[in-house]
Amino acid sequence: MLSPELGHYALALACVLAAVQGILPLIGAHRRDVRLMGLAPGLACGQFIALVASFACLIHAAVTDDFSVQNVAANSAVSKPLLYKITGVWGNHEGSILLWALILGLCGAAVAAFGRSLPSALRARVIAVLGLVATGFELFCLTTSDPFARVWPAPLDGQGMNPLLQDPGLAFHPPILYTGYVGFAVPFAFAIAALMEGRVDAAWGRWVRPWAVAAWCFLTCGIAMGSWWSYYVLGWGGYWFWDPVENASLIPWLTGTALIHSAIVVEKREALKIWTVLLAIGTFSFSLSGTFLVRSGILNSVHAFANDPARGVFILGLLGLVIGGSFLLFAYRAPSLTAGGLFAPVSREGALVLNNILLCSLCAVVLTGTMYPPFMALLAGRTLSVGKPFFDATTIPLALPLFIFMGFGPMLPWKRAHLWPVLNKLWLATGLTGVAALIAARNLSGALPVLCAAAAVWIIAASVSDIAGRIALLRAPLLTSLARARALPRSIIGAAIAHAGVGITVLGLAAMSQAQHLIVEVPVGTTEHLAGYDWTLTDVREEPGPNYTALTATLEVRRGGAVIALLRPSKRSFNSQNQTTTDVAIHTNLLADLYGVLGDKHGTDANPTYVLRLHYNPLAPWMWLGALVMAFGGALSLSDRRVRIGAPQRARLSSTKTGAA
Amino acid sequence: MTTPPSPPTRRRLLMALPLVGVGAVGVGFWKMLSGMQNGAFNPHDINAPVLDRPVPDCTLPGLPPQDGFGTAELRALTAPVLVNFFASWCIPCLAEMPTLMTLKDRLPLWGIAYKDKPDNAAGFLRHSGNPFTRLGQDSAGRVGIDWGISGVPESFLVGPGGIIRWHSAAPLTEDTITSTILPLAQKLRTP
Repeated sequence: MLSPELGHYALALACVLAAVQGILPLIGAHRRDVRLMGLAPGLACGQFIALVASFACLIHAAVTDDFSVQNVAANSAVSKPLLYKITGVWGNHEGSILLWALILGLCGAAVAAFGRSLPSALRARVIAVLGLVATGFELFCLTTSDPFARVWPAPLDGQGMNPLLQDPGLAFHPPILYTGYVGFAVPFAFAIAALMEGRVDAAWGRWVRPWAVAAWCFLTCGIAMGSWWSYYVLGWGGYWFWDPVENASLIPWLTGTALIHSAIVVEKREALKIWTVLLAIGTFSFSLSGTFLVRSGILNSVHAFANDPARGVFILGLLGLVIGGSFLLFAYRAPSLTAGGLFAPVSREGALVLNNILLCSLCAVVLTGTMYPPFMALLAGRTLSVGKPFFDATTIPLALPLFIFMGFGPMLPWKRAHLWPVLNKLWLATGLTGVAALIAARNLSGALPVLCAAAAVWIIAASVSDIAGRIALLRAPLLTSLARARALPRSIIGAAIAHAGVGITVLGLAAMSQAQHLIVEVPVGTTEHLAGYDWTLTDVREEPGPNYTALTATLEVRRGGAVIALLRPSKRSFNSQNQTTTDVAIHTNLLADLYGVLGDKHGTDANPTYVLRLHYNPLAPWMWLGALVMAFGGALSLSDRRVRIGAPQRARLSSTKTGAA
Repeated sequence: MTTPPSPPTRRRLLMALPLVGVGAVGVGFWKMLSGMQNGAFNPHDINAPVLDRPVPDCTLPGLPPQDGFGTAELRALTAPVLVNFFASWCIPCLAEMPTLMTLKDRLPLWGIAYKDKPDNAAGFLRHSGNPFTRLGQDSAGRVGIDWGISGVPESFLVGPGGIIRWHSAAPLTEDTITSTILPLAQKLRTP
């Protein structure tokens, strides 16, 4: 029933529907033809349904071990656990492009479903732009990366999946990350539609922001999951390697963060309009080019799993059309957008502009570090690699002022403000920061970690005092404060929570700079000392797994004689690929991770010794916890009443149909 | 669509800047891709300006217990040695290590820990294996500048008399070793 041919057909159908979705509503919006514009939501939903069908067929082929499908034969195997047969569908180039298209289709359907309060011409244009982008990617999928291609004769068993990808964290990482990347297609489509109409106003800012915030939440979670994955799967004990693939997700995150802040200024004050449109186009452009350039092989990375210059040419053409086309439109139409909303340098707008400048400078630095090597190779014929020292030296000086301004920016009034009254409200936060700096200076070594820890406490304390001040906590009776808290817009609470999340992450980063580790080669029975703990290797044995054999060590961690944790790190050998993966053992009490890795076996069979990596990582979980808190803050602000009811539309209705309601 | 009122030229030029930037980057990528296809461009290959010249003046402190080296030791060579710049923070270096471990019995390897803390470099070698017979530290990266390296890992084949005979700015592969390095080293051994 769900044959690969059906899937291929559904993909082709989706491509045709996307092309129609990209053309007819645009013509309709141009001619003010209501019927043509009205086609947009239906086409978007139809395209999405066709993509769901196509994706279901690919999953079906993987689950039923249909090795006549090349993609399944190359990436699956009979012995693979069912979960990874499903998630393995997007663990390879072809499948991940189909997933990309599916999520883009979902975005179009979501605008069709939730965008009923949009003016019909704007909605038609937004959906049409999404359709045009989708057409390109579905064509890419059909022509150069067909996931349904058959092989004949069909092999009896597949080649299996890259064992590194056989992990629950990574299995769900791509859908979340892609939802973040592709989600920025919606603000992008809004920006293009606004350029076509030649109008950006407060209502536009209000429509764009929830979509950008939603995409940002997913991207935040996706990046955190990727970093967590490299922490506990790769076994290097680190969390961020400034690898091109990691940078490819960080760059749009930085501009996306700038976008969700500058869109507030458009919404509240009708200023920064052109800049916001540019950010919306830029963020999606970075999402697109980052992910796809890694695939073309120009940016080489240990993570990249599909390098093919032939595909690269198609990708580049597509990027040229999408990105080049939108910047052409920008160059043509943006000059005619009227600027508005004057404000003093010291004001909420001023703080948000500063935030944008710092975030975009950070983005420029990361972009430079990532793109410098290939461009130097092209222009000067020299290859070089830019590593962690460059990124550490350039990003931290930009991040620290950002952290400082984050504290009081949300408390500044709009239009014109004075610093003194705001700082006056923050004396408690300032005091706490001072205390934190003293504690940090006693416990942490190095000036930078101390500064970062102080900045982190400053962000958290300032966010808490912002909310406490707004609800008059301790200054009014508790019930009054509670009532005030309930009346406070969720977006304000959400923003404070998201900021506190940044603080939590930064605190984790600062503490992680003090991580201790030890690499030893020892026989069974040895005890090592690290960070005040006694680590004893008590046992190493072989254990069979579903499609691998594992060499598992038992590490007893004691403190003051009492057993704190039993760590069981292992090395897995996958038979079908001759590949081994390390399975890290982590014991966490949320304040620190005890982290053990089993390395190679040396010595004779009678007297074996084992390489062990032992890490003590203070506050490590906070880095990812902070990212979750950030995403939660974003989600909370999405549940704000004003976002839900589509206030601009109601205002418009009541102004045109007064008395009718 | 209504025609917008004509804005000042300066504003127009400013708004066209992103397009120009995107265009330039796009042309660059297109050249890279077409170069990659016809073999004219490889982001991981490089021709060093130091080829067939004596090694630059340098003194590298050792990483205990291993001895460092310097110009004197390199100039005194009678058989070829492969000098490898590496760092614990460099992922390609980690990927290259297994290859170096297989090479160490066929060719002497001297390592230079580039812009690395001694503890980190030592830990890196304990974990991934230490193929080096001598190990120097270039913690400030000054020696790297003199040798003209642009990143890590980079390898130099230094022949007798301390002359740099071959250079690669990419992680070494088994293929490069068997097809280029070992034949060249053999030729340098028997003049």
